[in-house]
Amino acid sequence: MTTSVVLRGSGVSPGAGYGPVHVLVGAIPEPAPGSRYDGEAAAERKRAADALERVADDLEARGAKAGGAAQDVLGAQAMMARDPGLEVGVAELIDEGTAAPRAVFEAFGRYRELLAAAGGYLAERVADLDDIRDRTIALLTGLPMPGVPESAAEPYVLVAKDLAPADTALLNKDLVAAFVTEEGGPTSHTAILARAMGVPAIVGCAGATSLPQGIWALVDGTSGSVRLSPERADVDTLLGAAAAREAVLAASMGPGATSDGHAVPLLANVGGARDLESALAHGAEGVGLFRTEFLFLDRAEAPTEEEQEAAYRAVFDAFPGGRVVVRTLDAGADKPLAFLPPSGEEPNPALGERGLRLFRKYPEMMGSQLRALARAAAGTQAQAYVMAPMVATVEEASWFVSACHDAGLPNAGIMIEIPSAALRAHHLATAVDFFSIGTNDLTQYALAADRQVSGVAELQDPWHPAVLDLIALTATGAATTGKSCGVCGEAAADPTLACVLVGLGVTSLSMGSPALPWVRAALSRHTVTQCRTAATAARTALSATTAKSAARNELPGLADLGL
Amino acid sequence: MAERKVTVESEVGLHARPAATFVQTATKAPMDVTVVKMGSGGTPVNAKSILSVLALDVRHGDTIIISADGDGADSVLDQLAAIASAT
Repeated sequence: MTTSVVLRGSGVSPGAGYGPVHVLVGAIPEPAPGSRYDGEAAAERKRAADALERVADDLEARGAKAGGAAQDVLGAQAMMARDPGLEVGVAELIDEGTAAPRAVFEAFGRYRELLAAAGGYLAERVADLDDIRDRTIALLTGLPMPGVPESAAEPYVLVAKDLAPADTALLNKDLVAAFVTEEGGPTSHTAILARAMGVPAIVGCAGATSLPQGIWALVDGTSGSVRLSPERADVDTLLGAAAAREAVLAASMGPGATSDGHAVPLLANVGGARDLESALAHGAEGVGLFRTEFLFLDRAEAPTEEEQEAAYRAVFDAFPGGRVVVRTLDAGADKPLAFLPPSGEEPNPALGERGLRLFRKYPEMMGSQLRALARAAAGTQAQAYVMAPMVATVEEASWFVSACHDAGLPNAGIMIEIPSAALRAHHLATAVDFFSIGTNDLTQYALAADRQVSGVAELQDPWHPAVLDLIALTATGAATTGKSCGVCGEAAADPTLACVLVGLGVTSLSMGSPALPWVRAALSRHTVTQCRTAATAARTALSATTAKSAARNELPGLADLGL
Repeated sequence: MAERKVTVESEVGLHARPAATFVQTATKAPMDVTVVKMGSGGTPVNAKSILSVLALDVRHGDTIIISADGDGADSVLDQLAAIASAT
């Protein structure tokens, strides 16, 4: 290896990516008041007019590509960029000596105030106007464009402080070679998205947003390193190793099991029929977490039972004979439902009226979902399992399970994500048919570390021995009554942790589909005894970091996966 | 100077798509076209400027006056009046 500059963070999605850096810019700074230009007014006016025209062209082109409603919205934005009143305003300011970027800023400012003052629909257009203004100023000042590029000559390395779902809606593997963020942890949006896309990612990478735009970077999502302007030989070595690993993974097919034949069904997390193709392609044996929110969020009226039934059946039909675990609606104050009375502002939605608690308040909504599930299940060959999120007590669990049984759904379980449920797993196990551990929320509640707060991301790590203890308690509680205990959090997608989970007594693992081959390969290289030894080593450790390294030492087969 | 007085019938007023169609049509006219909202006390604005038209904040049931001068003004005004009065 050569001496090119290297940044380090934590790798959260394995593999190697190589491409030009695109640093995602937040706000474009306001051009300084009173800034002047050198040279001719006519040239400065032309500069401003050209920039506005380019922005308008770009908006129109994006609209044409997107089509539908987005085309109307972007077309209207393009009209704003070409507004003759705006052009006159900019030209007047330039004639008075104001530099083009500041002239653009001030000319937009006048309309901005008018629209904001009108309120309602017009006030909402202020964001559109600001977007056009910032794009124009970016062109004039040579700053990178705000927002994520939606087309590129070659896949780029997307670098940001952190990424929000709105930034990433249009991204895909052909566009992004790798993700690098300064903030975020293993369950941040970036990490989850990257694993779902099968793109390497590094989070917690200090200094990343100071990288120059367009510099070529080689990202190793396994080791967590970002190498700048690397030698071609280094690129070839790393990409070659990644390709070799891909080949190992491609060879790992069939049902999940340890090398000594201890079966561990490997299941997919899906959010609707669109995820099924990937689940099947990666060899999922069933579905371990079918999130049903997509049917309920972002709509004015509750879905009919017929609509629900059809959506559930589509997933059941994809796995004849396989297991499909459906999680009932998981909404809360942070994911409000438009057709319910507003729940009121909650200071901490993670601890509020959500999941099963919402069903306790609106039992008819649960009734409708369970009836639709029972009808969908009746017509398919899949084994339908139904579970409720956010269960804290035996009483809640029993209430849900009897409602499922009454509706004709014989396999009724609960998510274990609240520490009280994990601590009392031996009691809960007698009241339910199965458990599924949601490690993301279990970690959040056990460590009192909000998943949405990046400042506590370090605590949001399922490797913390306290979390491993809670998982062990849950698995033991299930085993004593002969119930199954799966894991359906991001923890199951980490091949090392997946081995540890099996060692703790977890009976099935469910994850975003691209992780399935990794986990299958990792399990197939170890005996169940090795997994148990690794689990014991991890639980003996004093910290998340040492737990991980202690487990790794007991799992020698990870090395040939490059892990 | 020809003019048309029109009550805006669209539910969304002269916002969103109706505003875009109105301005696109005005932009094609060779002469200046202005529009003002009745009772607003404001001065007429350039009907070819989407931002100015939006800023009039014309809502459902408001009346506007569209003015133009020159050859073909009547035809332009008829088209704009039809857009503004469409439901």
